[in-house]
Amino acid sequence: MALPYDSAPKFAEYAHPEMIVSTEWVAGHLDDPGLVVAESDEDVLLYETGHVPGAVKLDWHTELNDPVTRDYVDGAGFARLMSEKGIARDTTLVLYGDKNNWWAAYALWVCSLFGHPDLRLMDGGRAKWIAEGRPVSTDTPKRPQADYPVVDRDDTHLRAFKDQVLAHLGKPLIDVRSPGEYSGELLHMPDYPQEGALRGGHIPGAKSVPWARAAAPDATFKPRAELEAIYAGEAGLTPEDDVVVYCRIGERSSHTWFVLHHLLGYPRVRNYDGSWTEWGNSVRVPITRGTSP
Amino acid sequence: MSGATLHPRLQEIVDDFNAVPDKDRLQLLLEFSQDLPALPDRYAAHRDLLEPVPECQTPLFLAVEVEPDETVRLFFEAPPEAPTTRGFAAILHTGLDGLDADEVLATPAEFSSQLGLQDLVSPLRLRGMAAMLARIKRQVRDKRQVRG
Repeated sequence: MALPYDSAPKFAEYAHPEMIVSTEWVAGHLDDPGLVVAESDEDVLLYETGHVPGAVKLDWHTELNDPVTRDYVDGAGFARLMSEKGIARDTTLVLYGDKNNWWAAYALWVCSLFGHPDLRLMDGGRAKWIAEGRPVSTDTPKRPQADYPVVDRDDTHLRAFKDQVLAHLGKPLIDVRSPGEYSGELLHMPDYPQEGALRGGHIPGAKSVPWARAAAPDATFKPRAELEAIYAGEAGLTPEDDVVVYCRIGERSSHTWFVLHHLLGYPRVRNYDGSWTEWGNSVRVPITRGTSP
Repeated sequence: MSGATLHPRLQEIVDDFNAVPDKDRLQLLLEFSQDLPALPDRYAAHRDLLEPVPECQTPLFLAVEVEPDETVRLFFEAPPEAPTTRGFAAILHTGLDGLDADEVLATPAEFSSQLGLQDLVSPLRLRGMAAMLARIKRQVRDKRQVRG
């Protein structure tokens, strides 16, 4: 009972047009059975101020993470969470959020670890929906409880751990943080000092391609040809590459992961969610400072 | 825990947050965010007088005044798309604006952890409020010193 894809010409150019929908498409399908729209934000209260009518809230910090271990929920936890939100295994789940869809892309990536079959990102996110004057609602939707199966999380294909990144040195790595974080001038993202690290710089060999290069001013993704020019042209990535992307906690790199894996169709792209808050605080891992890889 | 007692106005806020179930606690924070007073003209027209608080994940600016009788006045600005930050600012405004300098300085640094928001908001997000309080206290100390 999957919903039809968004046939917008811009999306048709992408490798996986089934992974992305426009605000217009969402507005036209809001009442369709089989669809759940979920908002994932950096600001935990933004959803409460008004959201896409009928959308549920899905919080990366408080819901998708394990409350104790630095890890995501397990299969049982994910099944419980999805069931509570009224999301079934065959639901078309459309994610959107604030901050250029960082957290929506992060949530989509976590849902991908559980292999949810039909995931899509709303191009342009919350900002575009609101800029277009589309309706928002403060009503919390009452969706009937679903019966989501317990599916084991599979970290092998889409996720990279620190030891794997150490073994990956010499192969393509993309650092999506700001230039100051990459060079080591800043120990944290501009304006985010609480997510700092003891050491600054980047993983040796990592090329700097800040996440925002993939975004247009209206928070939508750039068309495929422009993305190819950046990632294939400038960064020299090819579909044969085994690529690892990282940032500081994995949210900005989820945005780039989505671009590389779904919009450009590179089959082997992993997100290193430990990212700089792990690497820059680890004992005796190699670090490069300065503007060169 | 430091064992320090909270000013009754802060204690009242802590009690209010802890008296309601989890779900309503976020709603209460949202109500605070909606009640954050707008900047008075003298700051709205002179944003350079405001101190940025980069520890908050979204832009927040604050100004602190210490009046000749030691009364502390607080001013905040945060955009509407940052309701959590606005909520934190409004809690501090409600709890501290109008107290005297010693009372503000006596506020325990870990005050924000008493609101029962850790699991709802995440500890990372809560650090923004601790940073606001630290900056308020530093400004109070600086401004008192200037006056001598």
